This record gives sequence, structure tokens and C-alpha cells, in this order.
Amino acid sequence: MEPQATIALTGNPNAGKTTVFNALTGARQHVANYPGVTVEKKWGSLSRNGLEAKVVDLPGTYSLTAYSLDEVVARNFVVHEKPEVVVDVVDASNLERNLYLALQLIEMKANLVIALNMMDNAKARGFRIDTGKLSELLGVPVVPMVAKKGEGVTELIETMRAVVQGEITPAPAKISYGAEMDDAVTKLSDIIASDESLESRYPAKWLAIKLLEQDEELLEEIQDSPRKEEILEVVNGADARMDKIYGELPENIISDFRFGFISALCRKSVKKVTHERRTITDKIDKVVINRALGPVILFAILYGIYQFVFWISDAPVEWFETFFGWLGHLAESILPDGLVKSLVVSGIIDGVGGVLGFVPIILFMFFAIAILEDSGYMARIAFIMDRALKFFGLHGNSVLALIVAGGISGGCAVPGVMAARTLKSSKERLATILVAPFMNCGAKLPVYVLFIGAFFASKKGEMMFLLTLISWSLALMAAWILRKTILKGPSAPFVMELPPYRLPTLKGLLIHSWERTWMYVRKAGTVILAISVLLWALMTFPRMDGADLARYKTQEARATAMLKHSIAGRIGTGMETLTRPLGFDYRTNIALIGGFAAKEVVVATLGTAYSLGEVNPEGTDSLSQRLAREPGFSPLKGFALMLFVMLYSPCLVTVAVMKKETGGWKWPLFAMVHATALAYLVALVVVQGGRLLGLG
Amino acid sequence: MAITRLNLLNEGDRGKILRVRGRGEINRRLRDMGVKPGVEVEVEGRATLGDPMAVKIMGYRLSLRANEAEQVEVELADGDTE
Repeated sequence: MEPQATIALTGNPNAGKTTVFNALTGARQHVANYPGVTVEKKWGSLSRNGLEAKVVDLPGTYSLTAYSLDEVVARNFVVHEKPEVVVDVVDASNLERNLYLALQLIEMKANLVIALNMMDNAKARGFRIDTGKLSELLGVPVVPMVAKKGEGVTELIETMRAVVQGEITPAPAKISYGAEMDDAVTKLSDIIASDESLESRYPAKWLAIKLLEQDEELLEEIQDSPRKEEILEVVNGADARMDKIYGELPENIISDFRFGFISALCRKSVKKVTHERRTITDKIDKVVINRALGPVILFAILYGIYQFVFWISDAPVEWFETFFGWLGHLAESILPDGLVKSLVVSGIIDGVGGVLGFVPIILFMFFAIAILEDSGYMARIAFIMDRALKFFGLHGNSVLALIVAGGISGGCAVPGVMAARTLKSSKERLATILVAPFMNCGAKLPVYVLFIGAFFASKKGEMMFLLTLISWSLALMAAWILRKTILKGPSAPFVMELPPYRLPTLKGLLIHSWERTWMYVRKAGTVILAISVLLWALMTFPRMDGADLARYKTQEARATAMLKHSIAGRIGTGMETLTRPLGFDYRTNIALIGGFAAKEVVVATLGTAYSLGEVNPEGTDSLSQRLAREPGFSPLKGFALMLFVMLYSPCLVTVAVMKKETGGWKWPLFAMVHATALAYLVALVVVQGGRLLGLG
Repeated sequence: MAITRLNLLNEGDRGKILRVRGRGEINRRLRDMGVKPGVEVEVEGRATLGDPMAVKIMGYRLSLRANEAEQVEVELADGDTE
């Protein structure tokens, strides 16, 4: 067996890096975080053509500056982990901009292999690329590919194998930054090379270039160096000289020379055989980001997604419900009466089944989000919405965080809060993090579906759309208030690529949506199962003795009395004083407390609470039907409860991530309090207002 | 050959970038995305509320706010609107 090697995958966003990663690793993928930061680390294993390797998918970036965490993570991985091969996935139809990153990787002395992806697009756009020439000029292997069709994958693996086994040694090109700057780079790298500690950690020449670019993070690194004074002297000297000679900053000169090198390279290796016509993307964008049509199309697409998802998942959800109903019935009939039966039926099957029943909806919702992401439309949403978000003190990129958090129902606040790290300004970022949990995440969906099914069954799509509008409005209003008060400050820059539209591949969509759905299922199997059992115990113990029970005449009265007697019943009843104005009874209160652990638990707990208080043990009807018959509920209360669940305290996991993202307990605690206060206020207004209007 | 700022161009206008002003993050971001002296830009359009704008540069599409576009000095090509 070959020695294990590490292969790092880099590339610009939208260059097809994920497609290449999927092609190399198939389904053998793992996701975790880089230690200490919240950037997602994705890796998989590759075992083909005599190559055994671990493939790490680095964050997609345009450059390797210190301005974003993604870029710092990517460059630290290359510098410190020293992967045997670094593959840069390059979009062949956008060569000049993409090679800018490749050049920086060459500066880092990475063992670079260029995966020249999307050769078909380049050809369609009239580019004829001489890959041999390109490889010769860059001094690194270049593999032409069409990753989504699987073309070039074998060649890429073969090239990586040859590099790992030393058959090919990349001899990267030398890049000149002009005589003056080259002098400064040489002088600086000599000084760095004489400091053993720096020399062992960084390629000297790369560090020299980065220091001349005034890279904040690396300037920190030399603070302890004994040669610090000399280093700073050269850096500052270069600053002054470049200003005198070029009237420019060193960082700009370095970047100009990089692009100059790339221009020369492209002139020699790329021929344009046809004059560029309007591309398909041009034609689509004429309509889709048109000033008048853009927002109309955006709303139509979002509305269409709801209609589609609920229409297509209607039948599967019913199958799941029937299945769990049947399972509960089965357990009921074979298990002997007693605690075990109660635990299995009320605690486990009703609890977990209630949550798993929504898997089809979650799956199709994730599928729809994956289409938006993979097609390139997500960036257009940010473009169309940026100005409006700026008004509320947010940023175009906040849209991505908000959508991932559930702006299109079915997301999750955890990755949403994490996605906010693409925001540079800490105030916009904090505002985004604080309001992202108001979005309708996948965990709230079961709650909505339950109550919509019970009270608004004829208007499923419309209701979901209404809830989405409400969550957006309240999130934006809350952000506006935050940015006017405790998070006051100027707005950050907005510079974003609008990637070409692409037809998503089914494989990519399935991998995306399945990964996320599986996380949901796993949560149902672990965290939610544990909470369901815990809540069942709280709702069962302490038990009433026979004499007390005998005082109740009907079975229904006995069941209710038992539930009220339990620990959870007492807590829930105690809270009724507080929740009476909202019309929530003790069972709802118990469910809401459980929902803090994970919002799906609201459904699970209601399921347990109502089956514990079940009047008719023969009935296998669903919780939805049960609630619709329940005298304590009404459409108005159902609506108020949905809004309460939408807004109240972010769930435990989100709070934990917020703590990590904001570096302390201050903001997560603030989020819990302000969100719950808002939820209470909104539910109160709905219930009391609705009553005044005679709706409840 | 009028010299102006990128944020002042209209849809369909084309020009050549002369200078990117300012330092720090905005400057760095713009340059990393290919917005630098000597490069041609063409304005593709603006979002519904007039901001941000979409431009074509180096054969791809970039969107940026007026705030950022104001940092970019452009030499307008003579009256060629397609």
C-alpha cells in the first residue's frame, strides 16, 4: 500500500470545487470545524489508481489575504499542514481572475496541480486553451476537466499520484514584481531565513511578500522575532520607495504584477476563436435582475418553492404518519400495560415519530435550497435584496445567512449563524446573528405543519408563505432597532461575484440535500430521543396513588389529573399565570420548555402530552386531528403559538454556536431574553387583538 | 474621453479603469476581484433600488455598491451604448 498523503482542494467560489471534491471522494465525506474557528472543514478519502489519500476541501476563496476567516484558514492549512498536493480548481472560462489565486499558491511553494475545470464552457465561449503551454509557463501540471460530466477525473488522480510519488516535481514559475520590489523581497527573505523560528514555520519568500503587502495577521507573527526591527525597516522603506517611484502602495504593485504575469501567460496560451456573443447568463440576467422584474421573479420563485414542496411531500408525510400510527398501535397491542408500554408508546414512538414524520418536507425543502445555491440564483437574491437590507442595517451577505437559517423555510439557525462569518463588519455580523434565529428553520416546520394541518388545512401554501413574510419582517425590524441602538455603526463594503447560471447536477443536489436531511434524522435519533424520554419521565413521575386516582370518575379526568400531578405538569401549571393571556395551557408550556432543547421537540412533547391524556386509546388518529378537536385550541391560538415558536429563545444548539461565534455569553444570553420577550409580545397582540376582533 | 467615477456610469456604458483609490480592505477586495488600472468595465445594470450595480469585468460579472464604485476612476469610452 502507498503511503498516506493529504491533498488539499482550493479554488475560487463557483469554479466547481465541490463537484471535483464529490467526484474524488464519492460518498465518503466528513464535516467538522477547523479547531478554534467556525469555518467548516470537509474531508473525504480517495482510494483509486494506486493513490491512497485524504482529500481536504478548503473554503472557496478569490485570494489569500487576512481580511476573511475563510482565506486565513485556507492559507494556514497550506502553510502549516504542508499537504503533499494542493489542487487549485480553476474555471477555464474565467481564467484570468481564477489564476490570481493559483499564483499566490505558487508563491507559497505549494505542490500545485491545476484542475482546469469547465473546459466545455470555455470552448462554448470561444476560448481555445493550450493546456500544455499553460502548464509549461506556470511550471505546474494542468489537467483539463469537465468535472460535472466526470471528464478528466481519472487524469487528475493520475497526476496527483505522480506528484505524491515523486514522478513529477512541479517547478513553479518565478514571478517578478518589478526590479525595485524584487530587491525588497530578496532582502526581506534573507532576513527571515536567518530567523530559525520564522524560517521553520513559513516559506521565507512568501512571508516576505505578505509582509510587504502589510498583511495584518503575519505582521503579528513577527512581533517576537529578534530580527523584528530589521524586518520592519525593510517593509517601511519599501512603502516609502514605492510611493516615490510608482505613487502606489506595495500591495497594489504586487497585485498589478501578478495580474500582469497572468495577462502575458494568457496571451501565449489562450486563443479567442470567436468573438464573444451574449452568453446565456447575460440573457437570463437581463430579465432576472431587471430593476422592475427582479423582485417580482424573486417572490414568485419563493412562493413556487412552498407550493411545490408541500404539494410533493403531502403523500409521503401521510405515509409516515400512518406508519407511526400503526407502529404505536402495534406496540400498544403487544406490550403489557404498565410503565414500559407507556415509555415506548408515549415517550419514544409518539415523540420521535412526530419528528421523523416531517423528513419528506425537510428533504424537499433542502433540495429546493440546493437548487438555488447550485444554479447561481442565490447570489442574485443577495444582489436584489442588498439595498433593502442596507436600510435595515444589514448587508447583502446577510441574506445568505438568513436564508440558510430558514429564510426559505427548512434551513437551520446553526449554519445560518455560522454563515454570518462572511460578514466583515462585526456590528452587521452581530445583528445578523441575533436575528437569524427568527427565521423558519427546519425544526419549526413540524410545528407549523402540525398546526396548519389542524386549523388551516385548506391553505397550506398560503399559510407557510405568510409565516415566512412575518419572520422576515420581524427579523428586519429587530435588526433595524439593534443597528440604531446597541449596534450602531457604518456599513461594510459589498463586492460580490454574480456567478454564471448553471444547470445543477442531480448528484450534487442529492448529496447536498441528503447531507442536511441526514443531520436532521440523526438529531431525531439522538438528542430528540433523549429529550423525549426525559420529558416523558417528567410527565409521568411522580405517579398518583390509587386512592387519589379513584376520586376521578372518567378515564379522561384521570389521565388529566395524572399529567397535572407530574413534575412537568406542575411546572407547566405554575407557568399558566404567565401564559394565560396568550391562551397557552400547561401542556403547551411543557412543550415550549422542551422546545428550547430543539424546536421539533414541541411537536414531540405535544404528541406525548396528548397521548398521555388520550381519551380514546383505540384511536390512531393523528396529533393534528386531535388538536383540531381539542376545545382548548382554536385557529387563533394555533396561529399565536406558531408565532411564539417562531420567535422565542433560539434552541440550545444555536445558543451554543452563538457563544462560540461571538466569543462569550453576553450575546447568546441577550438573544434568549430579547427573542422570548418579542415572542411574548407578538403572541399577546395576536391573541388579544384577535379576541377584540371576534376571531377567537 | 471623459474621466469619471464608476458609480456615475449608466447601464451599457463602457470604460477603462484608471485608478482605484483608497487603501485597506475595499481596495484589496476590489483588486483581488480584478478591478484594477487598465481593465475594461461595462455596466450591466442596477438593482431595483438603484444600488448595488452589476458590471462586467474580465469576462465575469461583479456586483458592488455605489460606495465602493465611487473609489474607482474610469475613463469613459466614447458614446458607444449598444
